[in-house]
Amino acid sequence: MAFFPPYLSPLERTWYLAFRVICALVLFFLIFPIFVIVPLSFNALPYFTFTPEMLAFKASGYSTQWYREFFTDPNWQGAVKNSVLIALASTFVAVTLGTLAALGLSRKEMPARSLIMGLLISPMIVPLIISAVGMFFFYSRLGLQGTHIGVILSHAALGTPFVVITVTATLVGFDTTLLRAAASLGANPTLAFFRVTLPMILPGVVSGGLFAFITSFDEVVVVLFVGSFRQRTIPWKMFSGLRENISPTILAVATCLIVISIALLVSLELLRRRGEKLRGIKHS
Amino acid sequence: MTAANIILTADGIELKKALRKNKAVQKRKAFLLVVPLLLFIAVGFFLPIMDMLRRSAENRLIVENLPLTIVALNSWDASSELLPSEKAFKAIAKDLVTAQKLRRATQLGQRLNYELSGVSSLFRTSGRKMESLLEKAEKTSYKETLIEFDQRWSNIELWRVIRRFSNSILADYYLSALDMKRDLKTNKVELLPKEERIYVRLFGRTILISLWITLMTLLLGFPIALLIAKLPARQGNLLLVMVLLPFWTSLLVRTTSWIVLLQQQGVVNDILVTLGLISEENRLRMIHNTVGTVIAMTHILLPFMVLPLYSVMKTISPSYMRAAISLGAHPISAFWKVYFPNTIPGIGAGAIMVFVLAIGYYITPELVGGRTGVFISNRIAYHISSSLNWGLAAALGVALLLLVITIYWLYDKFVGIDNIKLG
Repeated sequence: MAFFPPYLSPLERTWYLAFRVICALVLFFLIFPIFVIVPLSFNALPYFTFTPEMLAFKASGYSTQWYREFFTDPNWQGAVKNSVLIALASTFVAVTLGTLAALGLSRKEMPARSLIMGLLISPMIVPLIISAVGMFFFYSRLGLQGTHIGVILSHAALGTPFVVITVTATLVGFDTTLLRAAASLGANPTLAFFRVTLPMILPGVVSGGLFAFITSFDEVVVVLFVGSFRQRTIPWKMFSGLRENISPTILAVATCLIVISIALLVSLELLRRRGEKLRGIKHS
Repeated sequence: MTAANIILTADGIELKKALRKNKAVQKRKAFLLVVPLLLFIAVGFFLPIMDMLRRSAENRLIVENLPLTIVALNSWDASSELLPSEKAFKAIAKDLVTAQKLRRATQLGQRLNYELSGVSSLFRTSGRKMESLLEKAEKTSYKETLIEFDQRWSNIELWRVIRRFSNSILADYYLSALDMKRDLKTNKVELLPKEERIYVRLFGRTILISLWITLMTLLLGFPIALLIAKLPARQGNLLLVMVLLPFWTSLLVRTTSWIVLLQQQGVVNDILVTLGLISEENRLRMIHNTVGTVIAMTHILLPFMVLPLYSVMKTISPSYMRAAISLGAHPISAFWKVYFPNTIPGIGAGAIMVFVLAIGYYITPELVGGRTGVFISNRIAYHISSSLNWGLAAALGVALLLLVITIYWLYDKFVGIDNIKLG
């Protein structure tokens, strides 16, 4: 393989090589820590380190007991249920309100657009700890602190900016004459939305929804403040587990979460490509 | 204008008017679509922030539960060395009886305890016994009865504290948040003794560590972004996915990883010992200190630097560099004088995102920061859940919010906030 362009001087070749090595090291720094967890989650002993048996690849050094514990322990299963329930509910609220708002914001008649946009995305800009403290005060006043509704509403507020941003971005290339065509064919605005607009902007809506989902699914600070043990989510359990009793079950959970995030990443990438194809954007 | 010049619509309305009306309708329709979310964000986000603002300055607990005492103390000169009169003692006895009935005496004592230690137990014991003391006090003297019951009632500082906190709105939490206090006797604001000043230093440390993290992400992120932008689309996309994977992986997973890697019996130390670089006894301490926080957070925030950098670099035409080199510039000076200045919007966007995210981080410093690597947010959380000094937590929160707003403002002034590109 011709590794270097032939016209490079030796110094340039050294630099070229050094640059690649630096990049490889940074990528290693990015990726390695995530995957180091995976083999450790099969540890037969309750440690966070590689045992000599594991390093010698002996079967006795490995076990799936931590996965069994994760899937059978009612405490962890409650956390899974809460995580999914809270994330789905808050995503639903965020997607509905966010898509509606994005439709309004994309209309050219929209008054005070940049001001309103700024207000709507502020939950994304303000540090989480501040939002969490404010929500803690406010929801305890309303008696919603320590309830599922309180956590869902907080997460929905944190998730809407992502939906607004992605859906508005998808609507940039939207051809409004299609709506006029629908109207001329007798569709009322609601029907036109579901039959024409929604299928066209679906990739944006879904990826915004995924962002909102992951925001809620991965969020701990607000759950710690607004929630209580009954609203414990997976990250909540991991956080308290890491602070108190370190058990490799956390590593098994982490491995499962890595698999989920890879799946999410792949589906988002596919959605992005589909969206570009639908809107006729071609890569040069 | 003559009547013949006015253009009418089919309905016989003046065209200009009809158009204007139609535009207003369109405007209203667009706005109506945004209203639900606007209301939701107003109630679910801005009201909570307002509530925090209010809590940071309000003092309802004391004002509502010691109404008689506050009135009685109005005529007392706090700078004198004399205890308040019999009237004030009678008032606080009555107030405590009421507070005890409402089960607020303990809470009240706890609140005052932030200002003067010992009040908590004084209010708890006195609150319980006050009703039985009233009869005796009525016959003799409230002042003597109370002081006889507990010496601490004769502490003039206690009365100064109550007097000081008799307003329903106060800036005192902010004073605490800035390591200051008001001298109760003279009512002057002064700095706390040096060993008690923690918050200003903590704010400083939070900013300093966040700057370190920003610098580290820039140093590591720049070459990666450069490589991805230069590679052909297919390979570039693959590398981009590698950058995005940590971005999509749960924050707690990544923090767990760093605990696994950096702890004293962790993977990195094991490797170093096996390689013979360090001895078994000299395992490095890389966690539960500032180093741990910087390493883990650099990893966690790196994608936020790479993505804006990459999206800016992708738009820089490679012909600029070629032109510079063909005009005789050395590749290094061509890079520095031509390519690098073009990446500044990306650097700015990435830096402000990383910095602002870092400054408000809670989870990672809490788990890997130990005692020296914690941030102001950890202190806020401590006051919310452990010390229960909510007012101080709120004041610290408002101070952090102001800091973040100032950073955005400075950024907007010098770089322009519109230059920020997300992903």
